Amino acid sequence: MSEKKIMLGNEAFARGAWEAGVKVSAAYPGTPSTEISENLAKYDEVYAEWSPNEKVATEVAAGASISGVRSLACMKHVGLNVAADPLYTAAYTGVGGGMVLIVADDPGMYSSQNEQDTRMIARAANVPVLEPSDSQEAKDFVKLAYEISEKYDTPVIVRSTTRLSHSQGIVELEDRIVPEDKEYKRNPAKYVMMPGNAKGRHVVVEERMKRLAEDASSMEINRAEYADLSVGFITSGIPYQYVKEAMPQASVLKLGMVHPLPRKLIEEFASKVKKLYVFEELEPVFEEQIRSWGIEVIGKELFTLQGEYSANMIRTRVLGETIEAAAPAQVPARPPILCPGCPHRSVFSVLNRLKIHGAGDIGCYTLGAVAPLNVIDTTICMGASISSLHGMEKAKGRDYIKNWVAIIGDSTFLHTGVNSLMNMVYNQSSGTVIILDNSTTAMTGHQDHAATGKTLKGETVKAISIYNLCKAMGIEHVYEVNAFDIDELAEVVKRETARDEVSVIITKSPCVLLKGVTFKTKCRELSDKCKKCGACLKPGCPALTRNEDGTIKINATMCNGCGLCMKLCKFGAIEEVEAE
Amino acid sequence: MTKNIMIVGVGGQGTLLTSRILGGIATEGGYDVKLSEVHGMAQRGGSVVTFVRYGDQVAEPIVEEGQADVLIAFERLEALRYIQFLKPDGVIVVNDERIDPITVVTGAAKYPEGILDTLRASHTVYSVEAGKKAAELGNSRTFNVIVLGVAAKHMDFPKELWLDVIEKTVPPKTVELNKKAFLLGYEH
Repeated sequence: MSEKKIMLGNEAFARGAWEAGVKVSAAYPGTPSTEISENLAKYDEVYAEWSPNEKVATEVAAGASISGVRSLACMKHVGLNVAADPLYTAAYTGVGGGMVLIVADDPGMYSSQNEQDTRMIARAANVPVLEPSDSQEAKDFVKLAYEISEKYDTPVIVRSTTRLSHSQGIVELEDRIVPEDKEYKRNPAKYVMMPGNAKGRHVVVEERMKRLAEDASSMEINRAEYADLSVGFITSGIPYQYVKEAMPQASVLKLGMVHPLPRKLIEEFASKVKKLYVFEELEPVFEEQIRSWGIEVIGKELFTLQGEYSANMIRTRVLGETIEAAAPAQVPARPPILCPGCPHRSVFSVLNRLKIHGAGDIGCYTLGAVAPLNVIDTTICMGASISSLHGMEKAKGRDYIKNWVAIIGDSTFLHTGVNSLMNMVYNQSSGTVIILDNSTTAMTGHQDHAATGKTLKGETVKAISIYNLCKAMGIEHVYEVNAFDIDELAEVVKRETARDEVSVIITKSPCVLLKGVTFKTKCRELSDKCKKCGACLKPGCPALTRNEDGTIKINATMCNGCGLCMKLCKFGAIEEVEAE
Repeated sequence: MTKNIMIVGVGGQGTLLTSRILGGIATEGGYDVKLSEVHGMAQRGGSVVTFVRYGDQVAEPIVEEGQADVLIAFERLEALRYIQFLKPDGVIVVNDERIDPITVVTGAAKYPEGILDTLRASHTVYSVEAGKKAAELGNSRTFNVIVLGVAAKHMDFPKELWLDVIEKTVPPKTVELNKKAFLLGYEH
């Protein structure tokens, strides 16, 4: 009997890549895709790296593929936007060794800024997409993706969703089989995409998609499960599980390849079932194509374009059942917040006091948008803080942004913020950029990057200096300030926002959750000195609450001893004590 | 018959460790298992929920409204937040502790009074002051395993199997401590 193991979807993706003989993998962290790379890095036989962004990662994978080995790039859905440039043209060049992108969508937006559907980009890029529906398939489909990639000479996307990537299920393990490297032969007509060559390749792309669409109807991963013929569902991925849960008796056409669609198989299925539902999360990708073939289906008019689906959605909307459950209680919301001891809170408390607006970015610090911090005014995408502040200045003039700063993290700065800063210098901005350097990619769970001095494989390497990088652009005013030195920080922010030149303030203090970061002290209240003014509560540290009588209480278990509340107390009612 | 368990709490309380022990014991018990977790931004002090389902064959990885057999809550308010997920005869195991959400800290909302009574009005509730017990044990972070111990008493796996799975799941250095914590809850 082969070995079985309970595995997170992302762990199974990594296992699949390893079993498929992948030699090179590149990625930028992004929930819900991050753990694929973290797990893959554990296999000695695989080179795995954190690249500065998804475009770079995809190009690394493309290069490895052209050289003849199987390669992988992993990202979240919005990362695919960054990687769109190489993807669209890699579809033209095709591959040497198999090339796969694992892209994780986030229906319900558990940790994302939008709810885009990767299938839409894949259709535009003319790249086939496979979509597994549990951990076992996550592993199997990655292996199959490499076979398809090499058979049809195309990059292949394996689409995941949060629910698949972050669910665990039982997986049967197999051995790693490394195919022989493909021989590299110079072939500019295939690999040099200038107009003359690309014209020829576009024909190849269209022919390839046609062939894939024809072959799709006989692929085993596109599977008709005929049962009760009065109701049929066309579905894929996690929604397939909801159908099986709610209506195990129904007929189901489970699509393992979700682009291109197996038209013949779908037409056959549609002709056999009486009532046909299309059950797909996010965009009506199946629905619109199937309707265009003159087939009647029920889809988004009954279900929804937003969020995750569920079995209860089928029970209530298809079967008309009522769910027997207690009424939801009216309870206060508990949104995510910055951790106790988070250096971002210290910076935001200063900016809030100075009534500064923040053009924000993607990271934990996006939480600086909510009460009581209320500093971040805008968040669009990675890197947009710096460029959008520049746009505001060009629209409204220098004085308009005197009470604005761009706020970006260290990892996000290296991802795409660096381009935006070059633009500021080149196009003579006067904006102030605050780089919150907490020495890690924090929000996704502490991944290293080019400025941490450690790789995904754990090697110690030369760390890029963000300070020197800014200086090298010719920015004269670059300052490093300890994030918890609130007096100095306030001084520097006041001075630099008034300045008619670009300036960069790097606030330095490691993420409090980072391994090895410990505070030697904790904060403790001295209730007899407390004047109940609430100054310490302003930054919204979750370790601080009020007692019945209005005095302050500090939760010793939660406190990480950053000392911010102590600095804000004018009455000496908070003291530092030694941590356990 | 599929058994549906939910673990709810505040990000950072260790719901993932607990769900992995549950996943481990169901696998050891010979069942098909699916777990669903929350990673990323929601973990930062927000309300988090983890699902564990086991049985002969499990399709979906989540537990939906009206389906949970056991609701394990690491904080009182979080138990109340997810009460609609329970079956009418579902059981609640709750850590009798209060952590104010930011909405309460800022004064935008009030922390509900008498949560345990509200829960008891419709369901069987087993409560434990796990934080206090963990502190007595000498490590306040083991409270989640104490709560799991209380829940384990109402599930059908032998005590020895639980201890065996804990040994395989937790970091080697913390095995004895976690076993002690589990038994403290189990014999609660």
